[in-house]
Amino acid sequence: MASAAPEAEQEQVVNPWEVSAGKGGIDYDKLVDQFGCQRLDAAIIDRIGRLTGRAPHRFLRRGLFFAHRDLNEILDLYEKGEKFYLYTGRGPSSEALHLGHLVPFMFTKYLQDAFKVPLVIQLTDDEKFLWKNLTVEESKRLARENAKDIIACGFDIERTFIFSDFNFVGGAFYENMVKVARCVTYNKVVGIFGFTPEDHIGKSSFPPVQAVPSFPSSFPHLFPGNDQLRCLIPCAIDQDPYFRMTRDVAPRIGYQKPSLIESRFFPALQGENTKMSASDPNSAIYVTDTNKEIKTKVNKYAFSGGQDSVELHRKLGANLEVDVSIKWLNFFLEDDDELENIKKEYKEGKLLTGEVKQILIKVLSEMVERHKRARAQVTEEMVDAFMARRPLPNMFG
Amino acid sequence: MGYTKDVLLARLEELKIDFERYDHPVVLTVEEQAKHVGNLGGALTKNLLLKDKKHRLYIVSALADTKVDMKILSQRLGLGKGGVRMAPEDNLRQVLQVPLGCVTPFALFNETASAVSLLLDQGFKSKKSCYFHPLTNDVTIALSSSNLDKFLLSIGKQPAYVDLEASPVVGKDNPPDLADLVPTSALSFPEESVENVAPTHAPTKDVPKEKTCLPDVKAKPKVQNKVTSSSEGKVPTNGANVEKFVTDVLEMISPLFISEVSKKLNIKEDELSPILDGLKERAALNVDSLASLFKSAAYTTGFDAGVKTMLNYGKSGLPSRE
Repeated sequence: MASAAPEAEQEQVVNPWEVSAGKGGIDYDKLVDQFGCQRLDAAIIDRIGRLTGRAPHRFLRRGLFFAHRDLNEILDLYEKGEKFYLYTGRGPSSEALHLGHLVPFMFTKYLQDAFKVPLVIQLTDDEKFLWKNLTVEESKRLARENAKDIIACGFDIERTFIFSDFNFVGGAFYENMVKVARCVTYNKVVGIFGFTPEDHIGKSSFPPVQAVPSFPSSFPHLFPGNDQLRCLIPCAIDQDPYFRMTRDVAPRIGYQKPSLIESRFFPALQGENTKMSASDPNSAIYVTDTNKEIKTKVNKYAFSGGQDSVELHRKLGANLEVDVSIKWLNFFLEDDDELENIKKEYKEGKLLTGEVKQILIKVLSEMVERHKRARAQVTEEMVDAFMARRPLPNMFG
Repeated sequence: MGYTKDVLLARLEELKIDFERYDHPVVLTVEEQAKHVGNLGGALTKNLLLKDKKHRLYIVSALADTKVDMKILSQRLGLGKGGVRMAPEDNLRQVLQVPLGCVTPFALFNETASAVSLLLDQGFKSKKSCYFHPLTNDVTIALSSSNLDKFLLSIGKQPAYVDLEASPVVGKDNPPDLADLVPTSALSFPEESVENVAPTHAPTKDVPKEKTCLPDVKAKPKVQNKVTSSSEGKVPTNGANVEKFVTDVLEMISPLFISEVSKKLNIKEDELSPILDGLKERAALNVDSLASLFKSAAYTTGFDAGVKTMLNYGKSGLPSRE
C-alpha cells in the first residue's frame, strides 16, 4: 500500500536493531497486524495453566507476553505427549544487564519448569562484533559475562545448553545455516531487515545464524535423530522478523516451523515510548544497581501519572495509562489482589505517587537482591559446564 | 479469580456431558438443599473439605446418608488416628475458590485446587444421578457418576471411588488401603496426573509405617497413568528436582514452625497455617533461586571432575562394575 500524502504521521519502526514509536507509543495492535502473528487470549492462557498444572506465569496473566505464532499447535502436540524444546538468546552488547533484559529469561525459566523441556540459549557475540565497534575478544568476553547473569536466573543445568556463536558455529549448525541462506534472496533480507547496499556483507549474512537454532538438527549432541522435534521461541516482538524468515524457509528444507511466544517492550522509566536503552542508565534498573540507586532512579525518573499537587491528586486520582510505576508493578508484583488494590486506590487518589513508588522500590530491590545473590554463586567453571557440548539425559524428565 | 459456574457449565456442555440444572436460593447445608431438590429423583451428596497435619487437602464427596468416620478414614489414608480434620474456611476460599457450603468435586476445575485429593463415594455409581453444586450455592446440578468421571478425566484427574463405610483393619500386615490418595505436596505443585507426561518419580513405594517428617509417600491415584514415553528407557531417578527440593524443605520447616510458635505464643495452629502458607509462597522464589544455583554448583564440580578423569585416565579412570 503506497502511503498517500508525504506528511503522513511518523511510522513506527520495529526490527531487531531499531525500535521507535510514533506518537503515543508503540501501537501493538498495528504491529500484530503488520507482522501477521496472533494475540494470546484468555483461552490459550487457561490451556497453558491446565497443561502445566500450575497457574500461568504472571507475564501471561498480565499481558506482557501477548502474541504468538502457532503456540496452539505446540500445545496440541504436548497434550498428546510430544515434547518440544525452547530456544532463546541474547545479543551481548554490554556488560550491564537491566531488568528489561531479564524479562524474557525469567519467562523462559518458567516455561522450562512448567513444561519440563530443554532449552538452548544463543549468545550472538558475532552479531555484536558485526554491528558494534567491538573486537572479537571483547565480544566473546561480553558473551561469557552475560552468560553468568543468565545462569543466575536459575535455569536447570540438566536441561540447558548455552552457546556462543564464535564457539559453536560449525558442523551441523553451519550446514543448516547454509541451507537457510540458499533459500533467502538478498532482496528478501533487504525487505525484512532493511539492509542497504552500503551495509557490509557480514550483516546480510547474519540472519541464518539466528535462524538455525530453531532446528534440532543444529544440535546433534542434544537431539540426535530427532529432526522433527518442535521448537518454541520466547522473545521480544522485535525479533519476529528473524523467525518470519525462518518459518518461511523451514518447510522448504524439510524442517518444522518454530513456534513463537512474544512479549511487548518493557517501558523505560521515563515513559512508554521505546524499549529501554543500555546507553541511558536512567532509563532502566540494572542488576548491579544498589538499593540506593534503585530508590533514586525510581523516585526521580519514573514517569508519574499522578497529579501535580496532593490536593488535585486526592480529587482527581492518577492516570494509570501513563504511570510507569504502575506498569512496572503490573509485571513485577506477583500478588493479583494486592496489585488490584493498589491500582484502585491510586486511581481514586487515595494512594499517592510517592507511596506507589515506594512499593515498586521494595519489589525491585528484592528482585535485584535475589539476582545479585545468585550471580555471586556463578563461577567460570559453572559457565564452562553450561556451555559444554555435553549430553542432557534428563532433558525431558 | 477461579472459574465461575457459567464457565464450568459451558465446559460440561462442550464435553457433551448430560446434566440437569436447578436454580434455587443460596443454600448452605444439605438440609436446605434438600428442600429445593430433595424429591426430584437425584441423590443428595455431602461434601467435606478435610486437611491433614501436613496441610494437604482432601475433598470427600459422599451420598448424604453415607456414614463417614474421620478416624477410620484417617487411618486408611495412612495418617494415623486423628490425622485429618475439617479444613478451615480460608482453604475453601483460597484453594477451592468456592463459597462456604459449596465444597464440590467440581472445585478441582480451579488450578489452585490441583493438589487436592478427591475421594468419591462408591455409592454414587449405583445412583441414577447425584446432586452437586457447580461452584456456586444457588445452583444444583444432577449428573450420573460416569458423567462426573468424564469431567474429571477431562481435567486430568483420575476418579477414585471408595467404599467410605468400610473399616478395614490397618496394621502391620494390612497397609492403609487409601494411601495412594494422599497428595504428594502441600504447595500447589501438583502430581503429574496429565496422561502424557513421563513420570519423574519412582513407581509407588510402600507407605512407611511410621510418619516421617519428609513426605516420601509418592502418592499416585490407584489407576496408574498409561503410556510412559519409551525414549525414557533410563532408570527413573528422582533427579535433582529443584522444585521438589524447595517444597520438601518448606514442608519440613512448616509444621515445626507452626507447632513451636503456637505453643510458645499461644496462637491456634489454624490461625498460623494461612500465614505460613503466604510466607511459603513469598519465600519460594528466593529458596528456589538458592537451590538452583546450589544444584548448578554441585553439577559443575561433578562435571569438572568427570572431564579431568577422562583426560587423565580415559575410561580406566572409572571403576569397573563386574
